[in-house]
Amino acid sequence: MESFIDETLKKYQHQTTPLLMVLRDVQAQYFHIPKQAVELIAKGLDIPRTQIVAVVEFYHFFSFEPRGRYDIFLSDSITDQMLGKKALADYLCTKLQSPIGTVRADGVVSIDNTACTGLCDQGPALLVNGYAIGQLSEQRIDRIVAMIEQNRPVTEWDSDLFEVYDNIQQPGLLLNTKLPRGAALTAAWQRGLTETLDDIKASGLRGRGGAGFTTAMKWASCRATEETERYVVCNADEGEPGTFKDRVLLNSYTHDIFEGMTICAAILGAHKGFVYLRGEYLHLFNKLNAVLEERRAAGLLGDNILGYGWKFDIEIRLGAGSYVCGESSALLESLEGKMGIPRNRPPSSIIKGYLAKPTVLNNVETFVAAAHIAWQGSEWFASCGTEKSKGTKILSICGDCERPGIYEYPFGTTLKEVLKDCGASDVLGVQVGGPSGTFVSTRESDGRLTFEELSTGGAFIIFNHSRNIFDIVQNFTHFFAEESCGFCTPCRVGTSLLKKQFDKIHSGHGSAGDIKELRDIAKLIKDTSHCGLGQSAAEPILTTLERYPNLYERQIKQQYSFDPVFDLDGSLAVARKMSGRDDGHAHLTQVENK
Amino acid sequence: MAAKLKLATTSLAGCFGCHMSFLDIDERIMQLVELVEFDRSPLTDIKNCSPCDIGLIEGGVCNADNVHVLREFRNNCRILVAVGACAINGGLPAMRNSIPLEDCLRESYVNCIGIENPQIPNDPELPLLLNQVHPIHEVVRIDYSLPGCPPSADVFWKFLTDLIEGHEPSLDYDLVYYD
Amino acid sequence: MAHITIDGQIVPFEAGQTVMEAAMAAGVYIPHLCHHPDFTPHGSCRQCTVTLKNGWNITACTARAAEGQEISNNTEELNLVRKRLTQMLFVEGNHFCPACEKTGNCQLQGVAYHLNMMSNHYPQFYALRDLDATHPDILLDRNRCIFCNLCVRASHAEGKDVFAIAGRGINKHLVVNSESGKLIDSELTADDRAANICPTGALLVKGKAFQAPIGQRLYDHHDIDEITLGGRHGG
Repeated sequence: MESFIDETLKKYQHQTTPLLMVLRDVQAQYFHIPKQAVELIAKGLDIPRTQIVAVVEFYHFFSFEPRGRYDIFLSDSITDQMLGKKALADYLCTKLQSPIGTVRADGVVSIDNTACTGLCDQGPALLVNGYAIGQLSEQRIDRIVAMIEQNRPVTEWDSDLFEVYDNIQQPGLLLNTKLPRGAALTAAWQRGLTETLDDIKASGLRGRGGAGFTTAMKWASCRATEETERYVVCNADEGEPGTFKDRVLLNSYTHDIFEGMTICAAILGAHKGFVYLRGEYLHLFNKLNAVLEERRAAGLLGDNILGYGWKFDIEIRLGAGSYVCGESSALLESLEGKMGIPRNRPPSSIIKGYLAKPTVLNNVETFVAAAHIAWQGSEWFASCGTEKSKGTKILSICGDCERPGIYEYPFGTTLKEVLKDCGASDVLGVQVGGPSGTFVSTRESDGRLTFEELSTGGAFIIFNHSRNIFDIVQNFTHFFAEESCGFCTPCRVGTSLLKKQFDKIHSGHGSAGDIKELRDIAKLIKDTSHCGLGQSAAEPILTTLERYPNLYERQIKQQYSFDPVFDLDGSLAVARKMSGRDDGHAHLTQVENK
Repeated sequence: MAAKLKLATTSLAGCFGCHMSFLDIDERIMQLVELVEFDRSPLTDIKNCSPCDIGLIEGGVCNADNVHVLREFRNNCRILVAVGACAINGGLPAMRNSIPLEDCLRESYVNCIGIENPQIPNDPELPLLLNQVHPIHEVVRIDYSLPGCPPSADVFWKFLTDLIEGHEPSLDYDLVYYD
Repeated sequence: MAHITIDGQIVPFEAGQTVMEAAMAAGVYIPHLCHHPDFTPHGSCRQCTVTLKNGWNITACTARAAEGQEISNNTEELNLVRKRLTQMLFVEGNHFCPACEKTGNCQLQGVAYHLNMMSNHYPQFYALRDLDATHPDILLDRNRCIFCNLCVRASHAEGKDVFAIAGRGINKHLVVNSESGKLIDSELTADDRAANICPTGALLVKGKAFQAPIGQRLYDHHDIDEITLGGRHGG
């Protein structure tokens, strides 16, 4: 083990910031993080072992307990469930004789659930040793099981299993335009970097991750800082369930992203950039690195880019399964090799970002748009969209519709138009912006997609009338409780309380007062949490409480003033079994028979 | 003179310490009996609750019988009060909650050193234990809580006289403590 | 001099001061648990949540005071929020005050008393948490940990980095920097600031419990606002 750790640390130049990359390699090698590895890494990097322990316990894909040699994570997004995930999971578990949440006794297989893997348009999906397999069916599961039982290494499995499709259904301004390599860079330098920044400002481009901060303003503020060391970071931690548009951009518009980052770097005066790629997108890692190599060879990255004398390079770093790392400051913490805990602001990451240096952090789509604007000018971009929301938005459409996939729309497009284009019928509602967004009913289908009205980072999940709103809200509420980083009290404790309280009502054990309690907890979490995750964790409940109060009321047993918070009769089961009793006194009713 | 308020008290998974502390109101009990009539309570030995104004519950819920008694109080008492640490958060009996019930029973009745005729009691007269000890607000709706282990006699006195006089009960800083 | 107002009271501040620092200097108490004037603000307990005139909530310990800010602090609404947050801490851990050596001198109790907290309100979690009694001079009872991070910050400042908070969400827990994970194998000593700064009874220096008789303990007759503003911390 010593030589393996030694080589791994060497591979990452004994830096502490790529700690997640180091641990990913260790996990892949030993199927867990051995305690001895913690000691060796701590010594090798001269960091407290507690930092490593904290990181291992924070991310889903690290484990101190040995996992199976084939380590399977089933995507448990609401869209996977709608596509029959549960039955297929049962099928897989039965075939492999390995229940969810366990490691098979022979150590060959382990199966667990994980959050959305970004294949909602081609689910249900799973990850095996980190690699995504979509479009699960019994037939495909049979093939997976066969290869596991034959002991074939994942690298030798049939490659068609791992195919991920772009599914671009409706390209628009950006997706329809092929950016010639280096064209945006050449245009930017010819026009002048300051002028290019002015052009990006004139285009009205705002961040595509959802928050909608004006891109040029971010870049200009960072450029104006007094520090000389600055960084460009691309947020490719596309973790919002129901979002997969960055997956497609990373796969097929790779050069556009890197070109946008390079222009940003030149404007800022940055020499180093990172793409923080969510762990679930491991299948894109080699491709991204190959494109980087290609660009270095073509003089589009490196010491003297296109002969303009600018030095810049990009490094891809993988996450390891953590939704909160999509939050910009949590992402930077993770990029520094720590737990993804959102920082206190101010200062913003523009002033103190990666390694406390000024940093511009933008969404994948923002960099693509910036590159195109640098090439084609601000008017080309601003010609579509609305007054305050210029340009187009790329949507990831999934759920109940005929044609799930990628759609690019000018801002201002109505919900109605989108639903028509993707072939959605009998619509109950749409989750715009993913679990942290808003559940919009069809009564609101005249609503327009803009930053001011219906804002989305790209997620657009459609539900028809066969779906139960409570199942959806439950999936989202459990998701947030699972993904809470645990830093602040209201989110750490509150999301778990909210989950319990919601489940109580959902399972038919709600009584008078339980809805008020649910709303009170939800509001407390929203009003007092530290970061965006906490502030939006209760949105699925708050937005449905507001739109469908009767649904909640109907779940309540008004005749009872109270229904206990735990299963009374179930709580006697152990005592019944041990005493061998089953008489009338050995049971309790949940609510009193009057 | 207005009709006397009816008061009932009981101890569930508690130590009767709260009841003892209640009795520490000493001679004020003479004033109290002028104002309230005791219904079901260890002080009266009345076995079942009739409709009451106030029910004081000491102790948490650790077995099936506790649930029945608690329900009887809730059904009969207009105002139900959680008295003391155990009623409020399970208290010391709840420190068993970190040990599986199976281990608790085996240690007590089977593996315990010096035990004769080891067996898990199975007489239907004995209430079965719940997996964990719970505070009473997890089983029935509670109107007020009086913290303390036990709450002092002054707490009982202040709380009850407030209610008798028709005020919203309130305790000054010095009367609120958790130990 | 620049000033803000807190509940209508004029509170002067110096450039760079946080709302908490300005408030404390002016004798205005804002409830807090994870804040300590000697260490970098953390902002995790959310007790010091205050409301700006525009309705936004900020944490007083992390937010810089800014000229003209009108802040609500000691309001019924905010004190209810704080009470609920405190109750969350009480149900999350296993806080059996009658059996705790820190009782009477515990900041968590002090804040709860200040907020007139009479019950835990929420269902108990009864989480399974480890106790570490291996160290001859120091006890670590994780049942009482509220994740304020003060021991982590203090130990880092001492250059020992004995503690870290690991894990995610409701499964967070305090870990010790030693190969065995036990306190006895760590560098912690009883005179470390880190061993003495815990606001609750999670970290205790042994042999010091129950020295003050009931009635003479820190919060027996004095509200935590008085204690804190007088510079006497429960740590």
